[in-house]
Amino acid sequence: MSSQQDFRAATRQWLESNCPESMRTPMVQDEIVWGGRNPSFKNPDGKLWMERMAERGWTCPTWPTEYGGGGLSKDESVVLRQELARINARPALTSFGIGMLGPALLEYGSHAQKLEHIPKIVRGEIRWCQGYSEPGSGSDLASLNTKAELQDEHYIINGSKVWTSYADKADWIFCLVRTDFDVPKHSGISFILFDMASEGISTNPIQLISGSSPFCETFFQDVRVPAANLVGRLNEGWTIAKRLLQHERTMISSFGLASGQSDRGGTTSTVASVEGAAMHYRGDKDRLSDPVLRDEIAQFKIDSEAFAYTSQRSIEESRQGQGPNATSSMLKNYGCELNKRRYELLLKAIGSQGLGWEGEGFADDELQLTREWLRSKGNSIEGGTSEVQLNVIAKRVLGLPDILSINKK
Amino acid sequence: MALVLSEDQQLLKDAARNFCQQSSPLSVLRGLRDSKDEAGFDAAIWKQMLELGWAGMAVPEAYGGFQFGYGGLGVVLEETGRTLTSSPLISTVLIGATAVNELGSEQQKASLLPAIVGGELLISLALDEHNFHKPSHIETTATPTSDGFELNGNKTFVLDGHVAKKFIVVARSSGNRESKEGISLFLVDSGSTGVTVTRTLMVDSRNAAKISLDKVAVTEADVLGELDKGFVGLDGVLDIARIGLAAEMLGSIREVFERILEYLKQREQFGVLIGSFQGLQHRAANMYSEIELCKSVVRAALSALDDSDKSRQEIAELASIAKAKLSEVFMLVSNEGIQMHGGIGMTDEFDIGFFLKRARVAQQFLGDASFHRDRYASLKNF
Repeated sequence: MSSQQDFRAATRQWLESNCPESMRTPMVQDEIVWGGRNPSFKNPDGKLWMERMAERGWTCPTWPTEYGGGGLSKDESVVLRQELARINARPALTSFGIGMLGPALLEYGSHAQKLEHIPKIVRGEIRWCQGYSEPGSGSDLASLNTKAELQDEHYIINGSKVWTSYADKADWIFCLVRTDFDVPKHSGISFILFDMASEGISTNPIQLISGSSPFCETFFQDVRVPAANLVGRLNEGWTIAKRLLQHERTMISSFGLASGQSDRGGTTSTVASVEGAAMHYRGDKDRLSDPVLRDEIAQFKIDSEAFAYTSQRSIEESRQGQGPNATSSMLKNYGCELNKRRYELLLKAIGSQGLGWEGEGFADDELQLTREWLRSKGNSIEGGTSEVQLNVIAKRVLGLPDILSINKK
Repeated sequence: MALVLSEDQQLLKDAARNFCQQSSPLSVLRGLRDSKDEAGFDAAIWKQMLELGWAGMAVPEAYGGFQFGYGGLGVVLEETGRTLTSSPLISTVLIGATAVNELGSEQQKASLLPAIVGGELLISLALDEHNFHKPSHIETTATPTSDGFELNGNKTFVLDGHVAKKFIVVARSSGNRESKEGISLFLVDSGSTGVTVTRTLMVDSRNAAKISLDKVAVTEADVLGELDKGFVGLDGVLDIARIGLAAEMLGSIREVFERILEYLKQREQFGVLIGSFQGLQHRAANMYSEIELCKSVVRAALSALDDSDKSRQEIAELASIAKAKLSEVFMLVSNEGIQMHGGIGMTDEFDIGFFLKRARVAQQFLGDASFHRDRYASLKNF
């Protein structure tokens, strides 16, 4: 216990002297630090903060020191998270390497693969993207068709991916490919890593309803990848793919968690909390004058608090067991639906000032809200749709019979 | 704040579960209902519960209790919720003992708490006066007399009112009828002159009564807590009661859900198990998610009650979160309990209907979901 107190004191002191002042303000969208070969730092403090945290391995606090991680115990990492939250510190580094690939690689990768890739994830030197969905394989991900054929110690990859987040900015990709077409669909998939600078790769950003283009179509034509880049065993990639999806869901469910702490999080002061915005835009002083909206917001906030307790409980329980499990589907689903509710309530809170698209007559944060509201619709589609999460819960958690396997019989 | 049970709490929960499943299954409630039992609970089972120490769970050792905390009482209540056990656990232990322990003088605690723990005293809170829970809306009057007060008024939804030996009557000693100022609590013997008790048979087959107070004389020694300033203390007691009730509701909700799952895995139609239908699977998965949230808020609220660092405001918020959330989800799950069982769910012979009936009573008692959403919004200043 006292060693934990020592750790807390030391951590607090280190953060006090090492976290730059501007990194203790709410995150701004274009100052998020993604790292990579050609990183952009709109705020120079972002670079400093990332490098200082990475040096201690605290961008990935619980990963083994052998690979550059922080080597902290789960309890210590909780302390670190609390101390970071205490000073409202921004995330030093955000990446799919940290949230998705890293944990899966630590579990399934070879020693050589870990040595090659993990330290670069910790230090933010390589930005990763995820090659999962394909034009014909969305919810039915395992039907994917991108082909990898073995030729003299290399896999030759042909096909295309879609919804590849930031493929146009990424350095490497972790990708699901079909290595056997003659077996049931789940049994012919492999998990492979390759450099996005390889010959034969092209990307094309997709414009979303929100006007932004975070996702891409990605095309592979005779891309040559060293055979050693295959993770795990040939044709057993689906196991890794599912594991990684659990990590992805845990990551996405934190969107809902953020909405539960709307008083602290959010974008700007006026629209930071739903009830605050609703009262501000109505000129209400002590009590929200629209009783129906007041009830809806209360219900939303109660659900958000209950959800935050559930996420916390899931952490406490996983400290006794192992990593994320099937409840990650529940958290992902509930968190995303909460975030969507939050944006719908914000629109109601603000009225027609929340419906501007661009130009004059609207404040920047009002215009940003419109875009964020539209973007939030994707929360329950990406990382597996809400419907897929409900299928997973029904099958894995509740043990209900699978209609798909019944149909096949 | 611990959101998982401690080892001791888990052991207690397992023991409570064994006892309820074996000694107090749902068939006991059915029997009490069918025989129109006069007490409305099984005295032999209650005696065993007393022997297990359940009446002293949250009572300090100094007054004969076992100081197991509200976390301990909560897991017991959760298990009694699974079997819909009818007993004075809510009226006398969760509410009555808590009120005496929180608000009573040294003398009142010393004389009443050991009697509650030992089972000699059933004591019930007489609060509500109308169809809706509104604890500051009190019309029952307490008029000063030469040697105390005279109480006049009517009370309803008084749990176990027909068997209680004492009531804690909430009355107005000053102020207008909506005001939180001027409320006082009085200990009243049920046999006092001017007290009329009418048992009301409720849909859940549990016990409640209407009480009329006609020129009932009490002394100053019968005041529980501070005169005229009783509301704050009452509100604190009600929050503990709401959290305990939420724990009981959690047990009922989990039981209904498990019965639903079991049925989905054994009932066949169209040549397949109905649990393979996505239309039912997604509803079940949504219920599961809501129940996970219920577990978390009940654990959070119970452990807050046992945490002396928690402020009154935090407890009040957690109580309203828990009662609002559990009321909504009990409504959802009890309705689905009937619907997913189909025709058999509509029959009295099948048990699921008992949970639907209990759900509505538990939802309304101590404030329904909309009462608590309103209260939560006020606590959060919007």
